[in-house]
Amino acid sequence: MALLEVNNLEVYYGVIRALKGISFSVNAGEIVTLIGANGAGKTTTMQSVVGLIPKRGGSVVFDGKDITQSPCHKIVHLGMTQVPEGRRIFQELTVYENLLMGAYSMKDSSGFKADLEAVYTRFPRLAERKSQIAGTLSGGEQQMLAMGRAIMSHPKLLMLDEPSMGLSPLLVDQVFEIIRDINRDGTTILLVEQNAGKSLAISDRAYVLENGSIVLTGTGAELAASEMVQKAYLGG
Amino acid sequence: MEVILSTLINGLSLGGIYAMIALGYTMVYGIAKMLNFAHGDIIMVGGYVIYVSMALGNPLLAILFAVVFCVLLGMTIEKIAYKPLRGASPLAVLITAIGVSYLLQSLAQIIFGSASKMVTVYEFGMVQFLGVNVQVSALVTLGITVVVMIALTLFVKCTRLGRAMIAVSEDKGAAQLMGINVNGIITVTFAIGSALAALAGLFYLLKAPSISNTLGAMPGIKAFTAAVIGGIGSIPGAMLGGILLGVVECISYKITAIAPYTDAIEFSILIIILLVRPTGFLGKKRREKV
Ligand SMILES: Nc1ncnc2c1ncn2[C@@H]1O[C@H](COP(=O)(O)OP(=O)(O)OP(=O)(O)O)[C@@H](O)[C@H]1O
Ligand SMILES: [Mg+2]
Repeated sequence: MALLEVNNLEVYYGVIRALKGISFSVNAGEIVTLIGANGAGKTTTMQSVVGLIPKRGGSVVFDGKDITQSPCHKIVHLGMTQVPEGRRIFQELTVYENLLMGAYSMKDSSGFKADLEAVYTRFPRLAERKSQIAGTLSGGEQQMLAMGRAIMSHPKLLMLDEPSMGLSPLLVDQVFEIIRDINRDGTTILLVEQNAGKSLAISDRAYVLENGSIVLTGTGAELAASEMVQKAYLGG
Repeated sequence: MEVILSTLINGLSLGGIYAMIALGYTMVYGIAKMLNFAHGDIIMVGGYVIYVSMALGNPLLAILFAVVFCVLLGMTIEKIAYKPLRGASPLAVLITAIGVSYLLQSLAQIIFGSASKMVTVYEFGMVQFLGVNVQVSALVTLGITVVVMIALTLFVKCTRLGRAMIAVSEDKGAAQLMGINVNGIITVTFAIGSALAALAGLFYLLKAPSISNTLGAMPGIKAFTAAVIGGIGSIPGAMLGGILLGVVECISYKITAIAPYTDAIEFSILIIILLVRPTGFLGKKRREKV
């Protein structure tokens, strides 16, 4: 059974129908990517699945539980979390305090020290800057912090909304590397990216979103080879 | 010298009261992003609860009742009046808050009449302090407010709940993604603000032992001013603004001896500070979220 099963999801902003009944799934252990142009509805999908914006129709089942009507914080406690678009780290808190917030949903705080060390090992920059106010970090460091903060809660499903946005090519490669690492360590990934080439390369499967509908799906390699994706998203 | 010292002590004590109230405004603003104009009237409710429960003869019990009652009232108001408006226009929320304020004042008038009631919580008398005669009640007020401010600062900085409050005030969506129940945090914030308002009610009764249904109106506006001066949304800002305003009020009263002048001076200071620093002393420019 899929870890995340989205069926006929519909989302409206006022009278605007931003998601027109999309269905997709993510299996445990996979990396799945949603690609799509600006305004296609990628962020809307991510935020409605995690419960940040209300769903008008359809259903979302996570880890065997129907979470269609659940509020965001409850969904997070079930083991789904998200690195949101624009990172949204807590600017006024220190790096350490941000990571502490990341562990907020952990019922048992005994593993906190080890989790913290694991994040510092994965992101040595964060270790160097643990007492720095997060708002003063560089864009790349903020992305690392957002990712570190998200994995502090040991999510079963980690969703990342455009993690490579605004990063230098070198950092982009590093971010994809880290996503792959996190996945290898057992976390299922749902990724949203504009960078179709790099994301398809690390994806087991992918979906193409256009104007609030899914128009194409396949394995990462299939989509990377498809003429339509090449034309629209790979500049081919 | 003695005049200066006694004015300063009275100013700090009054400023402590303003800070107590301003904290309620500023925390609710920071976390729920709304101006709770009914906040001042919680002071009045606290005062009346003390007035009623003094019949039992135990001031500490009366204070406890006032705090508990105000906490429950604050949470109820939030649930009934403000929660349904989450996501509505700020103007709708503001008008509702003004409505709640009049409702509380009118209810108090219906229940207790419009004439002031006398309440003596405790006779503290005067004492020689650093060579000047001061009201013991002023020192008690100052002492309690300092303790409460330190406790609140530690609570926000060092507890899980406190940090969750900071997170919610900065970014509700991101806070939810951490698993924080934002509605729960808003309720807690109203509870804390109302408890502080109840204490402020006590302090007013210690200053002058009479109560009417408009007891909270002027202090509410002054404390709101203090919160804005300090930078609305900022906890240390509310403390600073409150104390500053209290000291300014006592000094200008000492100089002019006419209360309306005092108010005029205070509000002029507000205007000047806002002209120079629109975000108040410790307020930050909010980056608008996309
Ligand atoms: N709060 C909102 N109110 C009204 N319309 C919105 C809102 N948020 C998004 N939309 C609209 O919904 C559509 C989908 O937006 P969404 O942010 O999901 O796109 P996206 O695929 O994430 O785009 P991008 O790649 O630019 O991040 C767009 O047309 C957008 O204008
Ligand atoms: Mg987006």
